[in-house]
Amino acid sequence: MSEHGLSIMEHVARATPETVARRVRGLSDRAIQWLFISPTILLLLAINIFPLVWTIRLSFTNYRANRPNARLLEIGIANYVSVLTDPDVWAAMQSTAHFLFWTIFLQTSIGFGLAWLVDRRFRGHGFWTTVILIPMMLSPAVVGNFWTFLYQPQIGLWNYALQFLTGIPASSFSMIGSVKLAPWSIIIVDTWMWTPYVMLICLAGLRSIPDYLYEAAEVDRASKWRQFDMVNLLTNGGPGSTTELASITLKREAFEKWRTGYSSAFAIILFVTVFGLANIYVKVLNRVKNR
Amino acid sequence: MTATTLAHSVVEPSGRSKGIAGTVIVVYAVISMVPLVWIFLTAFKSPSDSIAYPPKIVFHPTLDGTCNLFTTISRQTADYISSLPPPANVCDKIARARNMVVAGPSNFVPRFLNSLIISFGSTALSVVLGVTAAYAFSRFRVPAKDDLLFFILSTRMMPPIAVAIPIYLMYRELGLSDTHLGMILLYSAVNVSLAVWLLKGFIDEIPREYEEAALVDGYTRLQAFRKVVLPQATTGIVATAIFCLIFAWNEYAFATLLTSGQAQTAPPFIPIIIGEGGQDWPAVAAATTLFLLPILVFTVLLRKNLLRGITFGAVRK
Repeated sequence: MSEHGLSIMEHVARATPETVARRVRGLSDRAIQWLFISPTILLLLAINIFPLVWTIRLSFTNYRANRPNARLLEIGIANYVSVLTDPDVWAAMQSTAHFLFWTIFLQTSIGFGLAWLVDRRFRGHGFWTTVILIPMMLSPAVVGNFWTFLYQPQIGLWNYALQFLTGIPASSFSMIGSVKLAPWSIIIVDTWMWTPYVMLICLAGLRSIPDYLYEAAEVDRASKWRQFDMVNLLTNGGPGSTTELASITLKREAFEKWRTGYSSAFAIILFVTVFGLANIYVKVLNRVKNR
Repeated sequence: MTATTLAHSVVEPSGRSKGIAGTVIVVYAVISMVPLVWIFLTAFKSPSDSIAYPPKIVFHPTLDGTCNLFTTISRQTADYISSLPPPANVCDKIARARNMVVAGPSNFVPRFLNSLIISFGSTALSVVLGVTAAYAFSRFRVPAKDDLLFFILSTRMMPPIAVAIPIYLMYRELGLSDTHLGMILLYSAVNVSLAVWLLKGFIDEIPREYEEAALVDGYTRLQAFRKVVLPQATTGIVATAIFCLIFAWNEYAFATLLTSGQAQTAPPFIPIIIGEGGQDWPAVAAATTLFLLPILVFTVLLRKNLLRGITFGAVRK
């Protein structure tokens, strides 16, 4: 496409007077515009949209990725029906809603508070802000794995610190082994990791940053549910299915049970839900901000 | 301190409120660092110290964890070990004290190198694609601009598992499975949306007059972009690069689903470091510490850009 643009530009350049020719020397604005935008669009089409369309296609079949040679049947919306009528899926949605509600609530309130304090610009605020940011630089998977160690009832630091502070015996409870506490164990780690990110966004907000940055960061945060790394390695859905978030269920269906068609339908339902919610979220946020 | 107390205006917070704010922030920062300090300390514990009760804060530091991370060891009979030449290095010595010999290097170094190649490669690609697209969106009347921008941003909401299987099948056809190039393209596709949006924000803030002056001076559009806009956008480019790097460096889902040997990065590797009788926590801690280091160094070196880029720098007049 750029070659085509070039040759046209050469013709135009030859036919135009000297001063105009100087301005269009090289590439025209229009050619540059597409030269600059098309690689990004092409990359997204190839690695995001094409696979997504493929997933949509698979969601109407009984395809299983571990049996590529089995006979492929078109089964219509059967996968969607079984996802939406599956009680496990609704349980997972409920766990996800609980997780999202508390992490967003805690991270927003603590993150905003921190940003408000950092904005006092006390001495050394730059240094301490950087220190606070460190948890979000860590790999969620590696962190999730390490927190299983910190949460060990006997030898872990978490229980020991609670015993030290409150007197509750360290061996009397298990954060990731107990049905009651497990959902909180992942909320605590997520809040520890991502509060700094919210603080950054709020700092940007306090200092009147262009809406683009704000929206991009917010959408980024609204879609963070798709990250399953930390939970996958910390509790892997257990005990029972108390921390089985939708993304964990999805992984299980896709890569443990190999129900590709079913998991594709589930993935599409999730994507549409998140897409809708993120849109509402950004709109509400803008309205609140404009007030 | 005198400077802050002197400035007692409405806009400038008072010395006391600064003191309180500072104290709360420092307390939060210290508490949030505890797990990280614990990881760092565990890296230098012996395996038995690492699982002692109560948790040991004072201990005799060893290199057990580091050695287990970098080498693979195997158990041998005492006769065989005594027949060997004296240990060549500290890891040899540690292993032999436990009736083991070093069998060879572990996979950690290759995984770590893969992480470096893939994350820096994809960061570079995302930033290049991002800054050019952002410039075009910022300066030209692109048809359906808002729709295109929204399309770009919406790709970020896609759950990785939703597209993992088609990407796996597609990569197998194209010969991109388990390759550096495949992972670089994949991570760039995930990051480019954020890069375009962040950088558009920064480029919008650069006055157009600068380029127009350059165009009048006889620069072509490309020259003006390279010599006028890019230098002005440095802060934004650095801040964007940090975000892209953090994502690519730490990514786990795609790495674990799409790579197995050749191009596998460190995050899927670290959690499966197993010692005798379960997870080898000192080795895991050593790996975690080493793995954090490049990101930390990169961010600290460029932190002025990050903080200014996100908080102050975007409004450059």
